[in-house]
Amino acid sequence: MGAVSPWQAELEESTLEPARTTSRSYYVVVGALLAVIAWAIYAYYIQLRDGLVVTGMRDRISWGLYITMFVFFIGISHAGTLISAILRVSNATWRTPVTRMAEFITAVALMTGALFVVVDLGRPDRFLNVIVYGRWQSPIVWDVTAVTTYLSASLLYLYLPMIPDLAFFRDRLTGQVARWKSGLYRILAIKWEGTADQKRQLHTSISIMMILIIPIAVSVHTVVSWIFAMTLREAWNSAIFGFFFVAGAIFSGIASLIILMALLRRVYHLEAYLTLRHFRYLGYLLAVMAGVMLYANISEYVTAGFKFEEGSEFIFRQLFVAEFAPYFWFYLVGGLVVPIVLMFIPRMRTIGGIVTAAVFVALAMWVERYFIVITGLRAPLMPYEPADYAPTWVEWSITAGGFAFFALLVTLFVKVFPIMAVYEMVEEEEQRAQLQIPSEAGSDPSAGGGA
Amino acid sequence: MVTRRFERRRLRSHAGLGLLASLAATALVVWGVSPLFVLLTVFTVLASVPVVAARASMSRESRREWTAWLFADGVRTVDRRTALRLFGGSALFGGTYLMVPHMVRSAMAQVPPAEPELLPPRARTRQWTMIIDLRRCDGCQSVGLPPQCTTACIEGHFTPEPMQWIEVYEAELPGDGTRFIPTPCQQCQNPPCVNVCPVAATFSTPEGPVLIDQDRCIGCRICMAACPYDRRFFNWGAPPVPEEALLADYDLELQVPARKGTVMKCDFCPDMVRAGTLPFCIQGCPHRAIYYGDLEEDNATNGRELVSVSRFLANNNAFRLKEELGSQPRVYYIPGHGEDVGRDPTTTGHLRIRWPWSRVAEGSVTWER
Repeated sequence: MGAVSPWQAELEESTLEPARTTSRSYYVVVGALLAVIAWAIYAYYIQLRDGLVVTGMRDRISWGLYITMFVFFIGISHAGTLISAILRVSNATWRTPVTRMAEFITAVALMTGALFVVVDLGRPDRFLNVIVYGRWQSPIVWDVTAVTTYLSASLLYLYLPMIPDLAFFRDRLTGQVARWKSGLYRILAIKWEGTADQKRQLHTSISIMMILIIPIAVSVHTVVSWIFAMTLREAWNSAIFGFFFVAGAIFSGIASLIILMALLRRVYHLEAYLTLRHFRYLGYLLAVMAGVMLYANISEYVTAGFKFEEGSEFIFRQLFVAEFAPYFWFYLVGGLVVPIVLMFIPRMRTIGGIVTAAVFVALAMWVERYFIVITGLRAPLMPYEPADYAPTWVEWSITAGGFAFFALLVTLFVKVFPIMAVYEMVEEEEQRAQLQIPSEAGSDPSAGGGA
Repeated sequence: MVTRRFERRRLRSHAGLGLLASLAATALVVWGVSPLFVLLTVFTVLASVPVVAARASMSRESRREWTAWLFADGVRTVDRRTALRLFGGSALFGGTYLMVPHMVRSAMAQVPPAEPELLPPRARTRQWTMIIDLRRCDGCQSVGLPPQCTTACIEGHFTPEPMQWIEVYEAELPGDGTRFIPTPCQQCQNPPCVNVCPVAATFSTPEGPVLIDQDRCIGCRICMAACPYDRRFFNWGAPPVPEEALLADYDLELQVPARKGTVMKCDFCPDMVRAGTLPFCIQGCPHRAIYYGDLEEDNATNGRELVSVSRFLANNNAFRLKEELGSQPRVYYIPGHGEDVGRDPTTTGHLRIRWPWSRVAEGSVTWER
């Protein structure tokens, strides 16, 4: 290995820091999250005891917040795939410091999203029926297959590049941290010594997985959209739905990654590694995806709105001018136009500006999932007055619990596992040194970005 | 004692072949039956990707080392005990693979839904159909009661409030006034609800009716999203039915007793027509507007007169609801607005349905539709 450069030593220290020391505020955060989750569990107990009658859902609007949460969380899980697989394939090395966080989001968001399917069931006790009596013709079975495959693939894909870092933790932290932790590192590092052979093996495995995971990820949100598009509902009857959902998934995934990056950067003092450059590049990606979404929306609404077939009027009215107009316009303007505008103005391309855009996008995408589910079900099928849906305290509590569960898992992950891909960052830095390319490591935040 | 020595490579290839063969056999046996098996396979393949990749990228020397490490000795031959361990191990793994889906299935298996006399012992299969003559439907305005088809259905099926398995919708007529459309489940021949059900809890029967097994339904409600006629109902809470309905043995043809957290709907009363009785809604209709019959035999009756289905439909401009969707309903309508029973189309509205029971089971709740 030879002498460690000061840059590398600092990077190692920054990564080791969260695992080594735990501040009091950390426990406060965990405690608060646990309290929210406990309240959600109580709400779920009420729901199990009394049935779904405690929710605002009824026969006509038979899906609500839970399915919204399912679609939203499966959506943001696409962050990891985009950042670490697609950008890895395209050899964009700037993404290396943020890959680990993106992969965390993927795994954790998938667990949270999958949970909400079970929460939504009228008979969660019979959930295994899906596996025992599953019919391949049903979109729900496609979903269960795709999501579980994606979960196992993304856990594997999180784990593989982490092996050298876990070995690094094993070597540096044994004796300094709790017994179970060093034991965990020892087992998970599977005797990694950094030999040439091991490196080659690791490289091959990662290459295969990064190709494999892209079609899996695309398939996942496509079949999620097909839960809706395979029904005979006017609002969901669209060939663009699969693409639309995948694009939206990547879009909201980038937004949540930017938010998580900003948080971790602040809390764990990672300013030297997560520079303005990273935020800007992700911000550009966000703006590009906003453009893609805008285009998808235009394709969808112009083709349907021009012809205005029977049934379209109700759907357009409730979205554009009536009950759901505030949500819809917030999504269109706040979620799609604002990020593009923000990224257009050079003065706004600061971390603050980019995080603002990301928050807008995350909120707008959640709202979009919500109104897609509700407006599709709300359009009357027979001559009756359109139903209304207002989530109850039980639904809001469980929804809050879902967000808290997501945050808690991220918080715990960050404490135990290396939050940055130290090994890959060092490796790429060495390559750069060999080729005499200017270092990315110490790049000045104010000078970065641009192109 | 003689220790028989096998050549390691041959041994390993045997073990591998055995494993592959058992996997293939399992695949053939279980494929298409158990998603669990397919999931197991997908996961195994995924998990083996890095292992296979790692081995492929190894130098020859380290591959040997790796093997040696795996078997904890560097000898190129193995003794009988290791051989047995290897064979036993692969058999155990293959066996588990073969057995697990079956074990889970059989552990979870409930008594299969009784399908006793759905198929009558005759050459032709009944094709049940319903014809609703809207010329004779006045929403029971003339009798001064809530729609009697709905009421009869509720009483006959112990239908929980607020479910109306046959619901009398009121639709605008071009110009002025309204018409009433009694709407049972349309018993589609290409049923969107059956197509999306993940667990085959709802299914088409050979004679036409689409039924639901409330002991299998997981309550995901995708069938309710899929039904284009708003004809599916969910037991959001403990169903409000009279005490005695809960005493019956569950029967999916009757959907009694109703189960919390599952979907219900009109089932075309297959048990009643098998016994030679007309469904409750037809018995309840004071104007005899509903006919029940057999497309195969080409006749139908409202309990008073017998008609030839094909001629009756053709002569009266029959239509089906949302024909353009391709769901192929088994329920036909004769256009009209109650003119045959003297209804003035500008007299709108029908009386509100009331559930007849004075007391419902303890702990049950009622909800708004």
